[in-house]
Amino acid sequence: MKYVATLHMPVPKMKSFMRFGMSVKGMQKTHSIRSLTARDSRNRFVTVRMRWFRTRTVMMRLFPMKLRRKMSTYRTIRTDCFMSDTQKVFPGGFVVIRLDTVLDPAVLQRSQMITENPVDITSVLMDESAELSVSVTQIVQRLKGTHLHSQLEKQAKECLHKPEIKLETLKDDVRRLLKASGWERKLQNAVYRELHILPPSGHPRAPPEHTKEPLEYMCKAQVNWEKRILKSLNSMCTELGIPLARKRPVPEQKELTNKWNEMGTDEPDLSKFRPVYAPKDFLEVLVGLRNPNNERSEDLTVRSHWGLIQVSLNVRDIPQMREMYPELGLTYGQLGIDDHTHVPPDLFESEHIHIGKKVVSEQDSAAAQQYSRQGCPTGLRAQLWSLILNTTNDPEDITHYEQLKARVINHDLLVDNLIYKDVKLTASNDDYYFVFEDYLYQVLLCFSRDTAVLEHFSYNSATPPKSCIQNSSGSEQCAMVYPPNGVIPFHGFSMYVAPLCFLYNEPSTLYRVFREMYIRYLFRLHSVSSHPSGIVSLCLQFERLLQTHLPQLFYHLREIGAQPLRIAFKWIVRAFSGYLSTDQLLLLWDRILGCDSLEIVAVLAAAVFAFRAENLMEVTSLASAEAVLADLSTLKVMPLLQIFLFATSV
Amino acid sequence: MSKNKQTAGHKGAYSSQRKKEGEGRSCIRYRCGLTNTIQDVLNQRPGWVEVKDDGEWDFNWCDVGWLRENFDHSYMEEHVRISHFRNHYELTRKNLMVKNLKRYRKTLEREAGRLEAARCDFFPCTFVLPSEYHIFVEEFKRSPGSTWIMKPVARSQGKGIFLFRKLKDIIDWRKDGSRSEEQKDEAQVESYVAQRYIENPYLIAGRKFDLRVYVLVTSYIPLKAWLYRDGFARFSNTRFSLSSIDDQYVHLTNVAVQKTAPDYDPEKGCKWQMQQLRQYLTAKHGFETVQTLFKEIDNIFIRSLISVQKTIINDKHCFELYGYDILLDQDLKPWLIEVNASPSLTASSQEDYELKYRLLEDTLHIVDMEGRLTGKEKRVGGFDLMWNDGPVYTDVGLEALGSSCLVENTLLDLEKCSIASLAHQWILCSEWVPSE
Repeated sequence: MKYVATLHMPVPKMKSFMRFGMSVKGMQKTHSIRSLTARDSRNRFVTVRMRWFRTRTVMMRLFPMKLRRKMSTYRTIRTDCFMSDTQKVFPGGFVVIRLDTVLDPAVLQRSQMITENPVDITSVLMDESAELSVSVTQIVQRLKGTHLHSQLEKQAKECLHKPEIKLETLKDDVRRLLKASGWERKLQNAVYRELHILPPSGHPRAPPEHTKEPLEYMCKAQVNWEKRILKSLNSMCTELGIPLARKRPVPEQKELTNKWNEMGTDEPDLSKFRPVYAPKDFLEVLVGLRNPNNERSEDLTVRSHWGLIQVSLNVRDIPQMREMYPELGLTYGQLGIDDHTHVPPDLFESEHIHIGKKVVSEQDSAAAQQYSRQGCPTGLRAQLWSLILNTTNDPEDITHYEQLKARVINHDLLVDNLIYKDVKLTASNDDYYFVFEDYLYQVLLCFSRDTAVLEHFSYNSATPPKSCIQNSSGSEQCAMVYPPNGVIPFHGFSMYVAPLCFLYNEPSTLYRVFREMYIRYLFRLHSVSSHPSGIVSLCLQFERLLQTHLPQLFYHLREIGAQPLRIAFKWIVRAFSGYLSTDQLLLLWDRILGCDSLEIVAVLAAAVFAFRAENLMEVTSLASAEAVLADLSTLKVMPLLQIFLFATSV
Repeated sequence: MSKNKQTAGHKGAYSSQRKKEGEGRSCIRYRCGLTNTIQDVLNQRPGWVEVKDDGEWDFNWCDVGWLRENFDHSYMEEHVRISHFRNHYELTRKNLMVKNLKRYRKTLEREAGRLEAARCDFFPCTFVLPSEYHIFVEEFKRSPGSTWIMKPVARSQGKGIFLFRKLKDIIDWRKDGSRSEEQKDEAQVESYVAQRYIENPYLIAGRKFDLRVYVLVTSYIPLKAWLYRDGFARFSNTRFSLSSIDDQYVHLTNVAVQKTAPDYDPEKGCKWQMQQLRQYLTAKHGFETVQTLFKEIDNIFIRSLISVQKTIINDKHCFELYGYDILLDQDLKPWLIEVNASPSLTASSQEDYELKYRLLEDTLHIVDMEGRLTGKEKRVGGFDLMWNDGPVYTDVGLEALGSSCLVENTLLDLEKCSIASLAHQWILCSEWVPSE
């Protein structure tokens, strides 16, 4: 045997796999299994960790057929390692097959909701397995310093004064009270949130970069790209003679404080500033990506020459997507289709709204996320999204926002001009979003100062850019992260915030939601990585879908020099913000949150091409193809997605 | 030119032919007093021919000035249509509108009780100056610190409007008025209304906005009114705060005023489609609240029209397209600001042009010079019949819902292309327009 697999379960628990219809061999003593046959759809309670010693081909062959198939469908598998035809052994490399997260009671609860098959979760929680305890410790550590922790403590202490608490059953009583008062749910939501951003726990011997990006050539590409951006930022700085940062003089601070709510009325001269980069510059980087192990170009298949993206990653095709997102299927009710005026509301909509209200009153993140897969009703969306993202608007969130605001008022950054420029170029010109101009400044300027954003670089393939900052004395130099949040805005960045303005009135709430959206999903759209939701995978998925299902169209467009990705890339980078009408965009983002993945964006891009295929077949140039696809504001997202995913013959 | 000649030549034959009430008429001769979107619409309507100068016409889209000069001494034949009612100002002049509404409210209070009368409280406290100056001063002193707005009754598009908080301002203004040359002759005739300013308007991202909704009245007795689905919200370009009382740009959302603001960017348009607004409000306040709001807005249209029903001289030659200006306050209560008889038809952007083009086209469909309608339609193009001598209920899905549940026929803000249930109407629409 070339591999060892360890299960995240105590021995007695492992036996229960058999009940789930899996046969497991050789596990009883060692916590390791020799073979695992998954022939059951309910095996979502298993987490298997495998260390591998040999290349993927060997590996794959050793797996039972069914598991092999299963593996490629589960999203947390780092399948890229399998796909890249590499002979290289990753020292300490590993594969995680998460059939589902075991740790998470909320997830289990969700699966209960689905299967209505009660599972004893307590024993899972009590699990002493080392792997699990690492994650648990991590989460506990992260939660310890938080406001929630101190509040829980306070609540627990207060409980002690209550008469119904008995000394003998102290622990249980306190637990019960916390549960009754809703604090347990809050804790659950907080854990759930941590799980979303918890980097996949690496093997102890794996270097930390692996959690950021396991493929070396991707890392290199990202590093080079960052160097380029930073260089261009620095050169702008020297060209214009504007410092990267400066303290504002007091009168200027006062002025800014006064017009904080109407920054849009200011018309600074921004003609000398240009966005550091635009999506199409970034596309060139992705087009240039090559896997060094795949250098022998004559070996490439015909298909890989077709598109712009030349690396191989494992992306889902339609049957896999169907399996992955069953809730989008034709048999499920969908907001965005079944709330149509000709469908009587009592068929689906009223019921769905009713459930939505229940979910909101339960305050359960996991349930909200599950619910969002079928779309959020307009009236409940703001609450549901906050719940999914577990953003609160506690006093300390407001304080945090106020602190950021103070930082904006105290210091002037070069990136502020980029933000101004970007808002003026995009949102202010938009028919819908122009109203929110002021909000965008309020959010984006604060965002650039928020060092809490830096945390996401532990799982983002990007690294925060550093610039030399001269000490006030001018003698010492030190490298500082610049901008403070480590994110350099590009052309179109403000469109990530704009749709959220539709939902939240309070700048501090709006800010929290945006930040959470960014560190969970949106950052993936502009950093080079092999993550399934990363931009490279999305582009590749888009191209593969078109190649597979509309080969003639793809060929035609390619022949006239209108590579489909050249047109679709700007949509994908912005997750369609600013291209779709707002109601449709929010319906799309519902699904992103609900499915916890950006893949749906790539599918929609392909679906748009399919929808306009007839017209596109008639065009003869890139310009006319672009013209056919210039206006997406009349499209209905959900019907397009459903038809493409579930009504296309495979 | 040749066409004109032809018509002139056939004049004798034509007038006898005309008795057949529109049917079989080879073309419709129109006169148009305005040079904007309406002209394009009329121009492009198949079978319609423009008459210049004093030629005879079947259809006249005139401005109110023309109406005043010519209406009383022109004879109109049966089929002829004109775009205003003779005394439309009963509704569209600010002082008269308020007078009519106040009277209607009193009648209601007497006949139907206080509760019913309270349904008319959708206009801000208003006084006509100078005639009601003393009552105004009384009211003004009763609510110290409040802001009032002065508007000339007969001018439109935000001309001559200012805000004040102290009585002194208005006294100064009166003196000013008597001194200035320009106003000297008009000062006697031109009266103003002083209106309680709505100090807590609903703001979106700190901006004030008002709603512009189009209502078409084809007859006052019986009252038949159509509501256009695609209204829009007009945003003020600058941010709202009561401290900047002198900055009239903040307070007025008329595009006409906005256009002269120093940083006005015509590209921006500053407008939201009604469905955009509805979606925004639903996201913030929930479905039911917004539903109520839109019902309240419907109520405003109907009550205001009923209040002038008996005053306006009904004339079957006349129809009128009104532009209603509605303001929302923070409690999502709609306020009627004013009604325009000649809403701005000049488009501010391509999208705006398309909206107005469709609006006017649909208006002409309803006015129905071609005689294509049966008279029983409840929806024509973007218009929904809102009132036909009584509330109009939709037929859609009545069987399913049970006859006890009546659904108002109006669909303000509904997306026009999404109404599959109205397919038959759309088929009807496409049948009317002769394809060429």
